Amino acid sequence: MTLKYIARKAGWALLTLWFILSVNFFLFRIMPGDPVALLARSQRLSPEALDRQRQLFGLDQPLPQQYLTYLRETFSGNLGVSILSGTDVVSMVASRMWPTILLVGIGTLIAAAVGVLLGMRAGWRRGSGVDNGSMYGSLLLYSTPEGWLGMMLLILFAGALGWFPAGGYSSSGGEGGAGDVASHLALPVLTLALGYVGQFFIVMRASMIDVKSQDYIRLARAKGLTDPAVRRHHAAPNALLPTITLIVLSFGFVLGGAIVIETVFSWPGLGLLTYQAIQTLDYPVLQAVFLLSSAAVIVANLIADIAYGLLDPRIEQI
Amino acid sequence: MVDIQPANASSASKLTWQRRRIGFSRGWAAFRHNRRGMFGLIVLVAFGVVAVLSPLLVSPDSVDPSSATGTPNSPPTAGYPLGTDSFGRSVLSLLIVGTRVSLTVGLAATVAAVFIGATFGLLSGYYGGTAVDRVLGALIDWFLVIPWLVLAIVMAAILGPTLLNIIIVIAVTSWALTARVVRASTLGVRELPFVERARALGASDRSIITRHVLPNVFPVIFAQAVLTVAVAILSETTLAILGLGDPTSISWGRTIEEAFNGGAMTNGYWWWIVPPGLAVVCVTLAFTLCGYALEEVLDPRLRDR
Repeated sequence: MTLKYIARKAGWALLTLWFILSVNFFLFRIMPGDPVALLARSQRLSPEALDRQRQLFGLDQPLPQQYLTYLRETFSGNLGVSILSGTDVVSMVASRMWPTILLVGIGTLIAAAVGVLLGMRAGWRRGSGVDNGSMYGSLLLYSTPEGWLGMMLLILFAGALGWFPAGGYSSSGGEGGAGDVASHLALPVLTLALGYVGQFFIVMRASMIDVKSQDYIRLARAKGLTDPAVRRHHAAPNALLPTITLIVLSFGFVLGGAIVIETVFSWPGLGLLTYQAIQTLDYPVLQAVFLLSSAAVIVANLIADIAYGLLDPRIEQI
Repeated sequence: MVDIQPANASSASKLTWQRRRIGFSRGWAAFRHNRRGMFGLIVLVAFGVVAVLSPLLVSPDSVDPSSATGTPNSPPTAGYPLGTDSFGRSVLSLLIVGTRVSLTVGLAATVAAVFIGATFGLLSGYYGGTAVDRVLGALIDWFLVIPWLVLAIVMAAILGPTLLNIIIVIAVTSWALTARVVRASTLGVRELPFVERARALGASDRSIITRHVLPNVFPVIFAQAVLTVAVAILSETTLAILGLGDPTSISWGRTIEEAFNGGAMTNGYWWWIVPPGLAVVCVTLAFTLCGYALEEVLDPRLRDR
């Protein structure tokens, strides 16, 4: 793991971040009308607030000047104010972060654990019942729109069976202890885990198949080790490598995965904030969400690259 | 190898087409033996027939909220096999009209996405290692990194909810994977002897790309296109569920959204919300199975996966 490798990856991350910032800037300007015209379209802004936005974006200045102003403001942590509530977008986003991290964190971990365990067994015994069943299962889940899957779980487990509450973060009456939040969390987490488990399964299975034909596996067998011992101590640890990258990467997609699910279950995180911003055309919030979610992916990519370099020294030479 | 006489251009093109026809029928023969692929194809043909015939099967009046005749929110009956929605429209009719809308959006977005992806992939691959490749390659990587749903939401919210804009948004967010696959394939093809031969004979880059590289990469593009339709239909559904669908058209995603916001969940109107989702699952699964089967025909090594 050389410093040069890390520097190269970090440089690439910075370049990507610059691209995202530029997209974010131009997307809201090359579209019909300037941002203030877009703001006016939502018809909820007082003339004073419009002026404040105009000043903030520096819209009376030439485009290159605006671009520099935008970069400076963004890097100093100023992402504008919400059209709807007039509050600072950064503090709005920050207050919605925790529920999303809770939902996506737990959901991803469950999906990774189940996917890896199934993939390990399926790849080891190809064509077995576990293999075929999981393969068709993940194909079916891949084809299912996540939002609709959530609705089906709602109808079944919250409506017909009444096992879980139908949405929200906690019950309205009580203070909302950990158990209460957990029961509200169960269905959204299940939906998210079902949506993600397939990719972990596929990657782990392919990796296991790859590892299985390696010489050191043959050696382990030749030593007389039992089949489960070879699988657990020799094949699985090496096959895990690509999965670790995938886990890190999916944390980067935290927000993208949460928008539909949080909407269906009224889970008050960043996803629901995004949905509300869509309904009210609250552009500064949408811009902040786009920036934040892209930055998360870039950081996750960087971490995955570095982790991969640490875990597999061969990577560096590529 | 047939020796093509350069003097006789028409017979050369005849030979080319003959060769392609043979290639196609070989591919079809291999595809026919792929059971999952054929299952997907049959499902697709069935939905395709419904989409084409939908104007004959359903009159526009019967899916117009203002002129619907059924009892609102009625469970399945003899007259309304899938029940009615809160406007009294037959859910089966909504489903049939939705087949046409969803397939149209999926196919149109795919054509646009694959056109962008194939162009960028061909150029990036053909000029692999040069400045063109570095710029296009970076663009491809960036679009693979951007969370597609968030970009799609931002774009759809800015552009406004019309069918054309939704097609544009899906195309912009789903071309990058095709570009990457086509680039990799082009990198291989450009090293083959016939490309070198064409270059030695003085062919321009443009003619080498369109006449020699593209035909050889085309099967890969086609398989990728079939897989992209599945992604496009899922994207349309997701955008519609988030309220970014075209309010004047009836897609499967729009029906799900209407049912969700129309109290289908709280009142247990399962007949309204289950069928459109199942339709999305069937079509997406069918396109995915076909796409995988095509990939296996192109690269028999994949059969073991």
